Amino acid sequence: MKPANKTKEQGDTFWQYIKKTKASYLMLAPFFTFFTLFTVLPVFASMGLSLTYFNMLEMPQWVGWGNYVKLLLEDDLFMLALKNTLIFALITGPVSYILCLLFAWIINEFSGKLRAFLTLIFYAPSISGQAYLVWNLILSGDRYGYLNGILLRFGFLQEAKLWMKTERYVLVALIIVQLWLSLGTGFLAFIAGLKTVDKSLYEAAAMDGIKNRWQELWFVTLPAMRPQLMFGAVMQITMSFAVADISIQLAGNPSVNYAGSTVVTHLLDYGAGERFDMGYAAAIATILFIMMVGTNKLVQRLLKRIG
Amino acid sequence: MYMKKTITKMNKPKLRRRLFHIEKRVNRSAAGNGLLFTLMAICGVFMALPLVMVVNNALKPLDELFQFPPKIFVRSPTLENFSDLFVLMSDSWVPFSRYILNTVIITGFGTTGHVIFASLAAYPLAKHDFKGKNLLFSMVVLSMMFSWTVTQIPNYMIITWLGINNTYLALILPATAYGMGLYLMRQFMEQIPDSIIEAARISGASEFRIFWQIIMPNVKPAWLTLAIFQFQTLWGNTGYLFLRSEELKPLQYAMQFITLGGVHRAGAAAAVGFILAAIPITFFLICQSNILETMTTSGMKD
Repeated sequence: MKPANKTKEQGDTFWQYIKKTKASYLMLAPFFTFFTLFTVLPVFASMGLSLTYFNMLEMPQWVGWGNYVKLLLEDDLFMLALKNTLIFALITGPVSYILCLLFAWIINEFSGKLRAFLTLIFYAPSISGQAYLVWNLILSGDRYGYLNGILLRFGFLQEAKLWMKTERYVLVALIIVQLWLSLGTGFLAFIAGLKTVDKSLYEAAAMDGIKNRWQELWFVTLPAMRPQLMFGAVMQITMSFAVADISIQLAGNPSVNYAGSTVVTHLLDYGAGERFDMGYAAAIATILFIMMVGTNKLVQRLLKRIG
Repeated sequence: MYMKKTITKMNKPKLRRRLFHIEKRVNRSAAGNGLLFTLMAICGVFMALPLVMVVNNALKPLDELFQFPPKIFVRSPTLENFSDLFVLMSDSWVPFSRYILNTVIITGFGTTGHVIFASLAAYPLAKHDFKGKNLLFSMVVLSMMFSWTVTQIPNYMIITWLGINNTYLALILPATAYGMGLYLMRQFMEQIPDSIIEAARISGASEFRIFWQIIMPNVKPAWLTLAIFQFQTLWGNTGYLFLRSEELKPLQYAMQFITLGGVHRAGAAAAVGFILAAIPITFFLICQSNILETMTTSGMKD
């Protein structure tokens, strides 16, 4: 994957430039060969498919912008899914991000085996893919569900509530479960990032009049780990916008009156569900992609202002 | 700058490795410590819930597994579930060790391959100057935002076209080039001061040598973390899409097959749950505790 516009630099002949950058391209080669094959090509192919009708059995038929027109103007369920996803992402995104940072920062105060153990405890919900299924026991709709059981015993409820089958509780419950799942990729990246902050910066800052840990966090630690913060933000965006599994496993698909439907559950309906319209699914993925890219631009700009 | 660092390093007491020793640092108040650690303890209980349940379920005898409402803690622990599982394992279709070998190959090569390829490509992206650098980098970041459900079909076609369908390579090769790993490594490498790299260049080190002897030791926390992510992803892969020959299938598949046996296999299934969680956790703990020890002893060596 080499750039097409390889012009010569000032004072360099073409071959001198090649020679100078040979090592760089050699190092890039193995990764980008496979990256192009298994990621770039499939993504472009999918974007191409979004302009077709493709039922996965017959050859794709060209429909131009048809899928997008249908998606944005006629599909009421998509609009509902989009609304749910935006509410979901707007709450879980920033809150999860701050939780990751906060817990990574606290754990960083410990050392040795205890630190590794604490990291494990907080990472536990993410370590096995299906851990969130415990919430099925907690939110179970009969009186044996843990939540119903506790609320009934202390008299907050007169009768058991069907949490995941009542429209107005579904999204709230999903948000809580997602927050519980927050401490994933970004969290571990922050844990590692905090270890690379130059320790002498802290002592220097103390001499410069930093008085407490909060000031230290804002003026020393966060600016020093800005690259990790950016990484964490991207991971958070991809996670918050692409939520689907917890909705399908906890609220069902379709959920009651589509209260738990998200952009990706809608996509799965067409792409992997009964509707077999890969072109339409690809159009949904493309719209979601554009939303994430936009959000990312905004967040990266905000992060530049820290400290 | 490096002088100063060496001095602070020498002055530090060698108490770090004691278990409950909390690092003494500037700007820490006792009240603040108390507040934050109480918060940790309360949240920790909720976070540890799935782990506690996996362990307890594996030790429950059948009657407790089917108890309704389910109890979290086991009353009369037993190892029956594990012996059931071993009996089942001994009469599997292909020898059980074969599944283990498959998992070791796929996870081993997929993880090391990815860590090496991603780090190798991240170094020029972070520290070199060449044409097309920004384009490549933004492609990597943006690639993570496209839903993988949709790319699966083109992906399948490419793998068939390469002729690696139904081989280990169908799982290993794509795994070596996930965008996330490169992004993570590049972000960490960006922080390494240019002056060390420049100094090494002047003393005649090749770029590959700089990469291996200066860059990689300095970003050890990053690649250990990446290894955790990658191990977890590959460990969870059943290979259902690409691996059709029984003798190529990984442990995850064989284990899930056992749990599909229904009610009379509930005990073995609980033991499976324990084993499937225990191995990534062990790997996690090994990597995490190394993140610490290297960083407290190494810093910048030069």
